[in-house]
Amino acid sequence: MSVRVLEALKEKFGDAVVETHSQFGDDTAVVRADKWKEVCRFLRDDPAMSFDMSVDLCGVDYPDREPRFEVVLHLYSVAKRHRLRLKARIGDAEGEGAEIDTVADIWIGVNWFERETYDLMGISFKGHPDLRRILMYPEFEGHPLRKDYPANKTQPLVPYRTEEEAGVTLEKQAPFGLDEGMPFGRRAWGTDRGES
Amino acid sequence: MGELKHVTLEGGASGTSGFATTKLDALLAWARKWSLFKYPFVTACCGMEFMALTSPRFDGSARFGAEAPRFSPRQSDLLWVVGTISQRQAPVLRRIYEQMMEPKWVLAFGTCASCGGFYDNYTTVPGIDKIIPCDVYVPGCPPRPEAVLDGLMLLQDKITKNATGDRRPGIVKPREDPVRDLIQLRKKSSREGEA
Amino acid sequence: MEPIDLDLDENELELPSEPMHLNMGPSHPAMHGTVRIVLELSGETIVKSDVQIGYLHRGFEKMCERGTWTQVFPYVDRLNYVSPMLNNVGYALAVEKMCDIEVPERCQWYRMILGELARISDHLTCNGAMAMELGAFTPFLWYIKAREMVWDILEEETGARLTHSFGRIGGMANPPTPALKSMCREAIPAILKIVEEGEGMLLKNRIFIDRLENIGKISGPDAIALSWTGPCLRSTGVAYDVRKAHPYLKYDEVDFDVPVGTCGDNMDRFLVRLGEIRQSCRIILQACDRMADEGPVNVDDPRVILPPKQDVYTTIEATIQHFKLVMEGAKVPKGEVYSYTEGGNGELGYYLVSDGSGTPHRVRIRPPCFPITQGLSDLINGAMLSDIVPTFGSLNMIGGECDH
Ligand code: SF4
Repeated sequence: MSVRVLEALKEKFGDAVVETHSQFGDDTAVVRADKWKEVCRFLRDDPAMSFDMSVDLCGVDYPDREPRFEVVLHLYSVAKRHRLRLKARIGDAEGEGAEIDTVADIWIGVNWFERETYDLMGISFKGHPDLRRILMYPEFEGHPLRKDYPANKTQPLVPYRTEEEAGVTLEKQAPFGLDEGMPFGRRAWGTDRGES
Repeated sequence: MGELKHVTLEGGASGTSGFATTKLDALLAWARKWSLFKYPFVTACCGMEFMALTSPRFDGSARFGAEAPRFSPRQSDLLWVVGTISQRQAPVLRRIYEQMMEPKWVLAFGTCASCGGFYDNYTTVPGIDKIIPCDVYVPGCPPRPEAVLDGLMLLQDKITKNATGDRRPGIVKPREDPVRDLIQLRKKSSREGEA
Repeated sequence: MEPIDLDLDENELELPSEPMHLNMGPSHPAMHGTVRIVLELSGETIVKSDVQIGYLHRGFEKMCERGTWTQVFPYVDRLNYVSPMLNNVGYALAVEKMCDIEVPERCQWYRMILGELARISDHLTCNGAMAMELGAFTPFLWYIKAREMVWDILEEETGARLTHSFGRIGGMANPPTPALKSMCREAIPAILKIVEEGEGMLLKNRIFIDRLENIGKISGPDAIALSWTGPCLRSTGVAYDVRKAHPYLKYDEVDFDVPVGTCGDNMDRFLVRLGEIRQSCRIILQACDRMADEGPVNVDDPRVILPPKQDVYTTIEATIQHFKLVMEGAKVPKGEVYSYTEGGNGELGYYLVSDGSGTPHRVRIRPPCFPITQGLSDLINGAMLSDIVPTFGSLNMIGGECDH
């Protein structure tokens, strides 16, 4: 059904729609980042589209692509029962310039999802009413879901007790080594192998 | 009153009068271990099992005199840390611990509270003992209520021993250790083979 | 008798009228989640509120990028820990959508039965905890008793009381036990009876009704704009249920209703959940009738399913296959997928990105609680301080899911 949505999008926005596909039955449109807000407004307001619910918004990090990040928005229309995935690509290899317009004024439900994406992925949303960290604490540095953030690098808020203080062993005992139980042949990003 | 070590009962044969003598420490420990006031610091999935523990089926706390939860750390002496403690939660936990009056005990409910469990990552504290002292560890993800009952009894033991200055933490062991059983079985069979 | 404050000036008696700041949580006795609310109060009325979550952020998404696709199952269990089975099923369906696998019919019925059992446990816990927070301790104990019955069945089936990790890509870890059907048929009337008893006790209680009715109201369009789904959305009268709107498994073949509310207040949410328990019971009974006693549970697909143990020990092919599946993980085709099911709190979505290897590139969960908790602030602004407790309870915020 929503192949029609893709057609309509292409018709209306022409070049701004970079790519469309329907892999595994999910209709997907990749749009240019500068048209992001315009496309979203059209999708909500056009009576044939009427995407009244923003289901989800998240970011995906592809460290060997340029632009590096994808912002992925899933939309649903309760009345028409069709779905659409809308994507935009932003940011360079260093993770700089990851910026996109906010759509929190179009669907208020996106507000927290954008905060979360900002917090974990480091994508900032221009014009967001309240762009703060949401899941991590304000003192946290970096964005943990980026592939280059080591998975086991902690930033404790309270200093850990030392062994002398405690008088008992505090270290985790074997078999809880780093990478315990992890599969072979995976890409090694995400772990801080150098330190331990 | 069976566990009072230093009791001697003196009195008439009728048993209507009599008195017990004991060391004050031991008496205090005995009184404390049967009247624990708990502060449940419930954060995560283990809380579901904690609910089940307090419910009638397992009746896990009333039997030990630890039924009444106190939702103020100042009035409680047993801190249950139930669930994962994230870095963001750590200062809160520390503060709650510091607000409690001496003597105080801490029970780590679940693997996450004991050592961080399988969340070995940027946001989880690998065990509450990194922040506050911990008296009893109850591993399990979540631990079965039976294991928690074991943990409570270990804690009671520890309170009794505290009078004698033993402060080592208790760890609930699995009831049946398959590996140990296997080793014993092997030893037995090899011995039989020799004979 | 003379008034005591005779010689006091009237104006001096006025209380200072600046708003008071109050911090609720993150470990608050009347809140069964770890959430912190910073409130600005004028008297007892809430002027402004800031809901802060994240106290249970455990890095779910990052952890998933480290193991194989199958190793994600234990982590999804601990997202919505009140209904782990639904998360298992949802994730399995998402990966299967990518691999283009359809599980055998018997497995579909089996998944439905276990899933609906989990839904019952979810709603029982939510309603019970909410009643307890309002001071009604007895119904809570009763509901926990009913939940124990559900857990008994699940334990018999899966081996674990709470965190089952029972789903597998392309099937289940074990076939159903022979006793499943009789256990369900026996337990369900008992559960329904307890639910009814609890309901009778609560719904005739003036205090309980007064604290729920017309409090925390939200309209249908507002709820949709806030991305609400599940019982909370249905309480506003919008009958959107993924099981009906986009049926998966065998939900199009069973007969059940979608309970909806009228005005979207706390009472409606409470009643919708009770209604759903009854519907879930209906579904389970029907599924029990229709599930075959014999037949395969796992798909016959060596790409994802471990070979039988017997073969692993006797043939070299099976040994190699087993080794590869365990050490490298099942290979999932390159691409991305969004799959959605009806979780305990609403639409539970998984957005998966695969780079064609045995390790996920990105596992994104769309937690239904997250947008629901977002709406909490709107619901309590302008209400009384004591209204927070029932409102928060009726939203059923689950920390693990909301904070990932
Ligand atoms: S030990 Fe397991 S069940 Fe308990 S909080 Fe941790 S993950 Fe959840």
